Amino acid sequence: MADRYYTETHEWVAVEDGVATIGITDFAQAQLGDVVFLELPRVGKLLEAGDSFGVVESVKAASDLYSPVAGTVLEINEDLNTSPERVNTDPYGQGWLIRVQLNGDLGQGLLDEAGYESLTQGQSH
Amino acid sequence: MPYLVHSTDDRRAMLEALGAASMDELLVDIPARLRLRSLGLEPGLSEQETMARMRALAGRNRVFEDRLWFRGAGVYRRFIPAAVSAVISKPEFYTAYTPYQPEASQGTLQAIFEFQTLIAELTGMDVANASLYDGATALAEAAMMAVVHTGRHEVVTAGCLHPEYAEVLRCYGDGRGFQLRSGLDHVGPETAAVIFQQPSFLGLLEDASGLTDIAHRHGALSIACVDPISLGMLAPPGEYGADIAVGEGQQLGLAPSYGGPHVGFIASRQELVRRLPGRLVGEARDDRGRRGYVLTLTAREQHIRRAKATSNICTNHSLCALAASVYLTYMGPEGLRQVAEVSHQRAHALAERLAAIPGIELAFPDRHFLNEFPVRMFHVEHHLARLREAGVLGGLPAGPSFPDQPDLANVVVFCCTEVNDPAAIDLVVDVMAEAARTAEEGRR
Repeated sequence: MADRYYTETHEWVAVEDGVATIGITDFAQAQLGDVVFLELPRVGKLLEAGDSFGVVESVKAASDLYSPVAGTVLEINEDLNTSPERVNTDPYGQGWLIRVQLNGDLGQGLLDEAGYESLTQGQSH
Repeated sequence: MPYLVHSTDDRRAMLEALGAASMDELLVDIPARLRLRSLGLEPGLSEQETMARMRALAGRNRVFEDRLWFRGAGVYRRFIPAAVSAVISKPEFYTAYTPYQPEASQGTLQAIFEFQTLIAELTGMDVANASLYDGATALAEAAMMAVVHTGRHEVVTAGCLHPEYAEVLRCYGDGRGFQLRSGLDHVGPETAAVIFQQPSFLGLLEDASGLTDIAHRHGALSIACVDPISLGMLAPPGEYGADIAVGEGQQLGLAPSYGGPHVGFIASRQELVRRLPGRLVGEARDDRGRRGYVLTLTAREQHIRRAKATSNICTNHSLCALAASVYLTYMGPEGLRQVAEVSHQRAHALAERLAAIPGIELAFPDRHFLNEFPVRMFHVEHHLARLREAGVLGGLPAGPSFPDQPDLANVVVFCCTEVNDPAAIDLVVDVMAEAARTAEEGRR
């Protein structure tokens, strides 16, 4: 399993063979509550790091999703059309959102496990 | 507005706060030709004298009897059953300003839910919203849905679309970054939607199913802008695979009233429900299993998505939508069919008799129509003037709306509905035949 990195906006990314898999963190799904809908980009879309690539909608809120990396969208998780709850039940596994062909290296400013944990300490409400 | 409370000083203070030097400067976005220049009232008139002046001015408006009104082009004279005003003037509906909180307004929400259900059934689509302002803005909202859904930035109109609807589309496109193209030649990989009006602005039936197929072959959405009464006879958009159906609901129990307020409707396939603009009401059960109604799927609205909302529509025309619900419920499917059929029969009878008059012909004799049809004549103004003298509002000249289409130069679009009784139709035919004779004599 590749290392996971995190953003301050609560996305995670794991890179294998130049392909980044992106989702939202366990902390994020817990804060959002039941996810009911995801608006994801179409395959082929070019993303810069920090670009909004979609929207996650829960029973509590609708929030933008921000890409941790630059690259081209290779694949989106079509299963979430019918089973968005996977983002809640398995955010780091079956609840992944998109796969991106990396353009260059991982950018600066991503957090490691410990860094993200200290970020979320005391953030929950 | 019978009485304006603001003094000159009040106005000056408000203008100052807004940073505008004058009322004219405040209203600079309204074209000057539409602004009131002066009523020509001298100072010191009493209220009674003022009212008399205003009544004299209003008296210059020409009001045609319903039955002698043969013009449609987007707004129609139709019979409105008394049940409509009886229901909508109930104070619970009439005076409440869009109360949407479920705990406060189950009746209002249920009425909206019923409107949505009726529109979905009428159009054959999966889901409809709580209504929009009018047909033109409903069409523009549908175009925006298609642009967001496909990620493409052109919409193509096929056939003859209402010129004012096209203007509204262009206006929304300027703001939201999509281009309006006219004609099927433009359909391609950048096309978000193919838009057509059924029947067209000229009253002609389009190949809705063929146009929908063209849209889908190019990965675009098919948007049908439909006349709701026509659906008493024609196949609904859901049947030929349209992705979004929109239209103007004025004919469903609302008076023309100078062009508004009317009601727009929009309905779509299930897959597009999250792109529908505005309000949606859903049916739910409470914790004791009782039926209730709530606003639902509002996550794209401005109060949640702010600048990223895909539409600026946050409300609807509830009272007008209620009128449409009462009308549709009162008529029922059979009644609606009868209204459509009677209008169709009368229009065809009139068309046949007009086309028999020398100097008048059907503009597109090979095309089918329902209750509105284009005729070509040598002397458009002469004919319309003779009709006016006889108390008849004749059809709408199409030429001025389409200056670059020479085949529409001498075309007038006539309309019949159930309010145009046989005697009214006889009168039109007689006046037109006589007008054709005098025009011929004038030429000799």
